[in-house]
Amino acid sequence: MRLARDFRGTLIVAALAVLFTLIAPVTLEFFTIITLTQVIGLAILGLSLALIWGFGGILCFGQTAFFGLGAYAYAIAATNIGGSTGAILIAVLVAAAFAAILGYFVFYGRVSDVYLAVITLTVSLILYSLIRRTSGPEYKIGDALLGGFNGTGAPPLNIPGDASAMLFPEHIFYVAMAALILVYILCGRVVTTHFGRVCVAIRENETRAELLAYDTRLYKLGIFTLGAAIAGLGGVFFAVGISRVTPDVFGLGQSALTIIWVIVGGRGTLIGPILATFALYYLTAALGTQQLLNTNLILGIILVIFVLAVPRGVIPTLTGWAATRRQRRALRARERRLRLRRPRGGEVAGEAE
Amino acid sequence: MRRGEVVLETRNLSMAFGGVRAVDRVDFTLWDGELRCLIGPNGAGKSTFFKCLTGQLRPTEGDVVIRDVHVAGREPHEIAALGVGIKTQVPNVFDGLSAEENIWIAARRWHGAERARTLTRETIERLQLGEVRTRIVGTLAHGQRQWVELGMVVAADPWLVLLDEPAAGMTHEETGRTAELIREINRSAAMIVVEHDMQFIRMISRTVTLFHEGRILMEDSMDAISADPVAREIYLGHRA
Amino acid sequence: MDQIASDALTIVYGIANLALISLGLAIIFGMMRVINLAHGEFLMLGGYTVVVATNNGVNLWIAMLILAPLVVGVIGVVVERLLIRWLYGRMIDTLLATWGLSLLFIGIVTSIFGASTTTTISPPLGVITIGAYTSSGYELFLIGVAIALMAGVYAVLKLTTLGLLARGTMQNAEMAAALGVSTSRIYMITFGLGAAVSGLAGGLLAPITGVLPTIGVVYIAKAFITVISGGQAILAGTASASVLLGGVNGIVAFITGPTIGEVALLLLAIVLLRLMPTGITGRFFRKSL
Repeated sequence: MRLARDFRGTLIVAALAVLFTLIAPVTLEFFTIITLTQVIGLAILGLSLALIWGFGGILCFGQTAFFGLGAYAYAIAATNIGGSTGAILIAVLVAAAFAAILGYFVFYGRVSDVYLAVITLTVSLILYSLIRRTSGPEYKIGDALLGGFNGTGAPPLNIPGDASAMLFPEHIFYVAMAALILVYILCGRVVTTHFGRVCVAIRENETRAELLAYDTRLYKLGIFTLGAAIAGLGGVFFAVGISRVTPDVFGLGQSALTIIWVIVGGRGTLIGPILATFALYYLTAALGTQQLLNTNLILGIILVIFVLAVPRGVIPTLTGWAATRRQRRALRARERRLRLRRPRGGEVAGEAE
Repeated sequence: MRRGEVVLETRNLSMAFGGVRAVDRVDFTLWDGELRCLIGPNGAGKSTFFKCLTGQLRPTEGDVVIRDVHVAGREPHEIAALGVGIKTQVPNVFDGLSAEENIWIAARRWHGAERARTLTRETIERLQLGEVRTRIVGTLAHGQRQWVELGMVVAADPWLVLLDEPAAGMTHEETGRTAELIREINRSAAMIVVEHDMQFIRMISRTVTLFHEGRILMEDSMDAISADPVAREIYLGHRA
Repeated sequence: MDQIASDALTIVYGIANLALISLGLAIIFGMMRVINLAHGEFLMLGGYTVVVATNNGVNLWIAMLILAPLVVGVIGVVVERLLIRWLYGRMIDTLLATWGLSLLFIGIVTSIFGASTTTTISPPLGVITIGAYTSSGYELFLIGVAIALMAGVYAVLKLTTLGLLARGTMQNAEMAAALGVSTSRIYMITFGLGAAVSGLAGGLLAPITGVLPTIGVVYIAKAFITVISGGQAILAGTASASVLLGGVNGIVAFITGPTIGEVALLLLAIVLLRLMPTGITGRFFRKSL
């Protein structure tokens, strides 16, 4: 079936990513490698939305809520525990648990997708305004001060079991890249399983899936929670990448960016949003250095143009073109053969409906 | 006619929208092995009745019992999970997936990966969908989409099948094949078919239930109903 | 006694504030089933209109009550013609496009006015005293405006031809179109009207909150919650959700502080949605406006 072929494609892309990981520290500057870690965190966030929106059809506008919770949970846990391995686990679990509770309310309430979009966005914004208010010394969890809009420090990664053995930035890059590749393979695998295909089927037609005796609420809750866990992991690497977490991880700008990555990269592809994350990160970074055009302005224009003109996103549009061209060529070849066989074709093909 | 066990029963079933009772205190019984057609003019309540059976609507009053299980107000997936195959009036298919994937999703709900693959292949042969096996269902013609949906119903191997206008919008030839298929499904499952097309009903059904203004007006053979002056007046008369 | 009156006034103001920032969004949502993600920016533009106008010597009241709704209303009509009308029936694309618009507005305003507040206007009307306690006269005025706006929308919907057509379109757009109502024009006017009400609210709140290109964020979360909890009936939905959410927010905030108050508001809204997925007016007052 088609999906099995897709998974081979996933593995090929993953192999290319491994190659990039090995080459990057040799060819790129040290500073670029350091910034790459946070971009990888963002790419994992993009991937998580690619999974739940592109494949699960769940329009989550506030994926950053889980991303930010992961980042904060990691920073707080790592500060308190004094090691990063357990803290990563805690971060992923916090994000997943939060999503499971929120998901229960929205999916079992059978909230429509437009409402779901707005509710998730609202949750993210409320977290933003809450965490901004925590600037006083009384807002601390264990040893970690929440720090209001200044945020809180995120300790670097260390070798599992040895909290004093901190990893160097390029090693953190390797770990982050490994995480991205593994999560990418995981997502690629999940969408080919029975569970994943049912999620895709629900995206296509929820009523039909129900009538085939699938409890669609449960499946949606499942993929939503998985996506949140992945977003939480992305938050960890983002926090480690900039060694700090600020309320901006929950902000409207970050939420909008995440949506834009998936729109631009395309829904129904996993690699598209990842590539879009990298591309747009460097685009906005370049824009940030000049004063002429405001970043929000450019992002707004990109979003509007894509919705109106390229609604499927870059990767699906490209593969769509390629497929139609292939099909057309095959069709032409067949016509030629038919013409050879039957000089005056009087064939009635297809039905009018 | 052989009358075995009761497989589906409604008692005092009502569905009101605002002040209008679209279904009005209906008592209905379907026996094992039966193929029953529901007919009636537009607005007679047959489609609403159908939706109460499938869980798409929550009846305001009364009960639906499917093989001793009270299902009124249950979710559609709970009803389908009893082994009930359902096809709605508007074709409900997975438009973005291939015909094969559509049917696989249905088969895989009940069987392991290996068995589901075999069942999918068999179903595709049975419905003669081989030509469009890998085509995306959204690009298929209306009749073929209907068959893909029937394929999904069949692939789950249900013992009770509920179909809402399975031949709607089909060509004459397609209708004939659909009738054949329905008779074949009926060998292993009791069926309720909501239908408009008189000729189609003659092809498949022995007993017909005539709905009128939310109630059951008659329950008899198609010939008897066609001959009845009242039934002709309210239903067949509309078509003349 | 005086304290109770003063505290009650604070809570009532919270409710009025919620109604004020939500009404424009509710009008567009109720009539067109479109959630306008650029709603916060309409409020923001209303605020900037007032600041720019008063800086140029226009009377504050004229700027707030006439110019802000006018300018933002015109912007709303332009947006509807250029963008929204291509996307009718595509709810999700509309959401995304209005989000793009939101970013675009933030970008444009930042480019023109810079990222920080240009001028602050102090709230007019001074303070009023209730026994030993004082209260802002301007807040009292805003409570009055919220009530007047509600009444105004009610009158438009109930008494004018436009309102009749709009109610028809709201009930059944296809039927209204079949009867020869130009739904396209109705939608244009609705969007403009919703934008104008948002502009008015933004203008009125500018003296209290100040203006920033990103100030929309402050409003939208609460406005979204209110409108979604309220459901599709514009007036009954906004009013009931504002009273319920604003009331709970106010009371909890009064007891425990504003942070917990906001959490309470969100939790209540989510629980409400689990119980009534189509909002308060989806369950109760179904036939209301």
